[in-house]
Amino acid sequence: MKRDRKDGLFKKELVFEAIKQSFVKLNPKYQFRSPVMFTVEIGTFVMMFVCVWILSGEHSQGSFAYNLIIFLILLATLLFANFAEALAEARGKAQAASLRKTRQDTPAKKIALLGEIFVNEIHIVPSSQLVKGDYFVCEAGDIIPTDGEIVEGIATIDESAITGESAPVIRESGGDKSSVTGGTKVLSDKIKVKVTTEPGESFLDKMIALVEGASRQKTPNEIALTILLAGFTLVFIIVCTTLQPFAAYAKTPIPISAYISLFVCLIPTTIGGLLSAIGISGMDRALRANVIAKSGKAVETAGDLDVLLLDKTGTITIGNRKATNFYEAPGATLPELIHASILSSNSDATPEGKSIVELGKKMLTEHPLTANKFDKYKAEVTYQINFTAETRSSGVDLANGIKIRKGASDAVKKMVENAGNTFQQEITDIVNKVAANGGTPLVVIENNKVLGVVELQDIIKTGIHERFERLRKMGVKTVMVTGDNPLTAKYIAGKAGVDDYIAEAKPEDKMAYIRKEQAAGKLVAMMGDGTNDAPALAQADVGVAMNSGTAAAKEAGNMVDLDNDPTKLIEIVEIGKQLLMTRGTLTTFSIANDVAKYFAIVPALFITSIPALQRINVMSLHSPASAILSAIIFNAIIIPMLIPLALKGVAYKPIGASALLRRNLLVYGLGGVLVPFIGIKLIDVVVALFM
Amino acid sequence: MSPQILGVVVMFIATLFLAVPLGRYISKVYGGQGVWTDLIFKPIERLFFKVSRIDPAREMNWKQHLVALLTINLVWFFWVMFCLLNQSWLPMNPDHNPNMTPDLAWNTSISFLVNCNLQQYSGETGVSYFSQVFGLMFLQFVSAGTGMAAAAVVFNALRDKTSEHLGNFYNYFLKSCTRILLPLCMLIATIHVFEGTPMTFKGIDTLTSVQGDTMHVSRGPVAAFVAIKHLGTNGGGFFGANSAHPFENPTYLSNIVQMIAQILIPFAMVFAFGFYCNKKRLAWVFWCVMTVGFLVLVIPALNAEINGNPYITQMGISQPGGNMEGKEIRFGSIASAFWCIATTVISTGSVNSMHDSFMPVSGMNMLLGMMVNSFYGGVGVGFLNFFIYVILAVFIGGLMVGRTPEFLGKKIEAREMKIAMIIALFHPFLILLGTAIASYLAAHDTNMGWWFADAAGKHNASGWLNNPSYHGFSEMLYQYTSSSANNGSGFEGLADNNPFWNISTGIVLLFSRFLPIIGPVAIAGLMAQKKFIPVSSGTLKTDTGTFGLLVFAVKVIIAALAFFPALALGPISEWMKMH
Repeated sequence: MKRDRKDGLFKKELVFEAIKQSFVKLNPKYQFRSPVMFTVEIGTFVMMFVCVWILSGEHSQGSFAYNLIIFLILLATLLFANFAEALAEARGKAQAASLRKTRQDTPAKKIALLGEIFVNEIHIVPSSQLVKGDYFVCEAGDIIPTDGEIVEGIATIDESAITGESAPVIRESGGDKSSVTGGTKVLSDKIKVKVTTEPGESFLDKMIALVEGASRQKTPNEIALTILLAGFTLVFIIVCTTLQPFAAYAKTPIPISAYISLFVCLIPTTIGGLLSAIGISGMDRALRANVIAKSGKAVETAGDLDVLLLDKTGTITIGNRKATNFYEAPGATLPELIHASILSSNSDATPEGKSIVELGKKMLTEHPLTANKFDKYKAEVTYQINFTAETRSSGVDLANGIKIRKGASDAVKKMVENAGNTFQQEITDIVNKVAANGGTPLVVIENNKVLGVVELQDIIKTGIHERFERLRKMGVKTVMVTGDNPLTAKYIAGKAGVDDYIAEAKPEDKMAYIRKEQAAGKLVAMMGDGTNDAPALAQADVGVAMNSGTAAAKEAGNMVDLDNDPTKLIEIVEIGKQLLMTRGTLTTFSIANDVAKYFAIVPALFITSIPALQRINVMSLHSPASAILSAIIFNAIIIPMLIPLALKGVAYKPIGASALLRRNLLVYGLGGVLVPFIGIKLIDVVVALFM
Repeated sequence: MSPQILGVVVMFIATLFLAVPLGRYISKVYGGQGVWTDLIFKPIERLFFKVSRIDPAREMNWKQHLVALLTINLVWFFWVMFCLLNQSWLPMNPDHNPNMTPDLAWNTSISFLVNCNLQQYSGETGVSYFSQVFGLMFLQFVSAGTGMAAAAVVFNALRDKTSEHLGNFYNYFLKSCTRILLPLCMLIATIHVFEGTPMTFKGIDTLTSVQGDTMHVSRGPVAAFVAIKHLGTNGGGFFGANSAHPFENPTYLSNIVQMIAQILIPFAMVFAFGFYCNKKRLAWVFWCVMTVGFLVLVIPALNAEINGNPYITQMGISQPGGNMEGKEIRFGSIASAFWCIATTVISTGSVNSMHDSFMPVSGMNMLLGMMVNSFYGGVGVGFLNFFIYVILAVFIGGLMVGRTPEFLGKKIEAREMKIAMIIALFHPFLILLGTAIASYLAAHDTNMGWWFADAAGKHNASGWLNNPSYHGFSEMLYQYTSSSANNGSGFEGLADNNPFWNISTGIVLLFSRFLPIIGPVAIAGLMAQKKFIPVSSGTLKTDTGTFGLLVFAVKVIIAALAFFPALALGPISEWMKMH
């Protein structure tokens, strides 16, 4: 689903669909949703009646052609606004369609349930008939029919259909990586899956409905803005209707077309016409970032975040700890230490163990060995001790009697000292040095004599520091959550540049932290994938679950990240902010435009009876008729010209709120005052050619 | 710098220097901290509370505040209606002034109740001393106290906390009167007595001039009246000629004192907000926004008045004193021009010269001052009006920085926007609707019957205009603007003491007083209940010049957008024609 981000805004088929929809949306029932555009529609109808009235012999309203042109421009204004919304919807639908491809009906191998017992009898049913609680199996080569949770087995799965990532991932029952998504493909092995969503209710289905605009509800900010715009519209209804008696007093007859034109120019049609397009495209941008939001409100809330909780592992650091160094003990050699470490880790399937083997083998090629000295390590392994929390060590016994152990320094120290050997001061020094640098020291011993220390380090992701810096400038505080001890946590926190950390964190610590911040009035976001994250995800204002996470986590959060990329929140925050900014700046622009429109239309209305007002015709427009036409033409064409801005959003730069306000006030406020002066004048020059 | 200009600059700077400490004092009074006036007034207040069985420690929520405010105002209204309708037989009427007609009494009591003082009568012949002192002067005190108490409720609500309890209304109200208005009034009245303003309950004095003519000179308890008239930004004069009258404003010094008195509390309330909420920087930003607005209006007016009337210049007559038509020699054109803008940006509405005779630019700027109505504004209510614009600016600004709008740590949501928008809408609605009706009637020269009869007894609507054309339009526009801004000054030149104008402006007055009090108190009350959000680097900072600019732009654009066509037909046309 990694779609090309450079998609043209105006793709041919999208535009065609949008044009069709622009006419369908002229239905007053539909227009009623936007008070601003609804009043424009009423104005358009009035102009239509005026045209008919003139045809039937009315003379005081000006020429038929002039009135018809005004009617057509108003109609165009409506169509442009509809087009903006329709185009945003069409883009959403195109997104949805590409998502839908993954939702096509696939045959599912449903397991029949006989009472409480599974009979391993498999029925092939269409995926749409699977309901929550059903079980199905998938074997290598099968497409997973719907979202679910693995209850049995382990499999490699190709999730490229939804994440765009071609490397297969492993999903297995139990633990936090048990979730599978419909539309993905099993590459190996066989899994038994429990269906977790009803047909048509999966996240993808919800998102499709949202981007299609079907279930789009206005967000709180959008409602407040609609009130503001409705307020402005009312002001101008008052201004234009009271103008009639004023003009009568000044003995200046004003034709209906002039009232309607003045009114349509003054009400904030620019933002009114683009408002819903901005909202839809916000959802659309979230989807393009491969984030599925449960509601538009969630995206908007993301823009307000104050605190972000991140797991250390996989977010700030790359996966798990890695071996980075071997330190030999006095009296032992480095190759000896490496060999022993490899041996003790060979059967250790943990990422740490694997990394020791990997680093060891790499270093051995740099330290060629004299063969016979190390023959002792080639003996057969007779006994293997796995790591346990109690012993906090692991190791192997070899057939020739060599016993290798590896583990936390205090545990190993005890072993060494129990055997009557000394745990040298130098070793303690190395251990302390490694710990102070944020690493984890593992001491390796052979027959209770210390060979040396293996250093395991967290690898901080490249570029993460800059991302946190960016978040800080946005006003978002980052908090690292880790199970490490406070010393290590502090070191990594400092190195990665997070603002705070929770060390030795248990799930309830996360909850407590979120509650504490929320009690102080802050909005908290949290990313998580495990079932034990679910309460915290639900408690957080924005809970982003990894798509690979458990169903419980996905249910609890209000967004799902299809890419499983925890730093995605930065993009989500930016999308939220962009959404609000685009509305704010276009509102400012729209209202600032009115200044120039007044200077065009007011002199035009009164100039015949009050010639002195010629002096406020600062643009020296050609004639009253051309002034009015130019103003409403400008008013109409500014809408399509701003569609790209509405759909892409105003660029967000984390430069602090005050600088941002200055910048936007200058560009959209001052720009909004000046642009129409130039625009109306230019249009007037053209219009004058035809008059 | 000419001494006249120096005069107004000194006036302005002196006010600022007095306003900052007064602001600190006011914030202490509302915050319940000890102040030196405790010695004198605490026992008196305790007595008041005991007699009226009010527990000043009982905290009210915003709804209870509004109920208390509206109830007490209703009682006052009936009391003053009673005074005005029965003054002929009530005591203290040495000049035997008659009872007011019901429509004039309705207009007068409302207009004093709402701190407007649109006077469609003349003090000398229209009211008794009893009505002046126990009716009108009483309302001048309590209406100012009401506005200040409402502002105190908003201050309380804006302090960083989440609470329903916003203090006790009666406590705020009484303290506004006893601790702030009363001591200052005593000082100002005393200065006036020394300057020659009468303070007596004796009736008209009769004297014989050198030529042997008999003259009747009205007098009364003027000094006391003048003090609260300005301090409470009421503006209703004891005499018909208001502060142009030689008894009411005898000297250049008394003019300065009155000028300072009317701007003082509007300034101080802004600083009081800063001290009370510990947002001093923000208070200065607000004050600067107001001051920039004031300067934008006052400088062109000063300029126009100094340069005089171009028609007179065309006749070859030099005007060394500037445009002196309708102005007092002892004040000169500059102090008068400064006053005319000050009295309109603040909702005082007292006059020391004839507004009708100012140049069109000055007239337009007076109108604009009242249309915006919060470049300082009236005592208490000026801040409340300003607060509405701040909410609108915060909303637009908040969106522009990509964050749900918040002010002082409280979110601005749909409900607050709805209230703010209604309040912002009502002002242009009342002004434009009123003017539209009057213009329609005048344009069609409608027979008004009982509603209007001119001096000759004719009932044609155009009869209420002494000046046809643009200037006449300005007069009607001014009358409704002055009413809706609760200002009370008149452009004059309009025959306005008749049922049509009395009743219609009375209705406008009622709406335009109480809605802009109810709205901001409700918004602040709703905000106070919300969770406090701490500031982050993504928060829109309000105590900056940029935000100040935004507030200013919002005010100017809303006022300009709503009123530009009306102004174009009135003062702008007149101005364009003149030059």
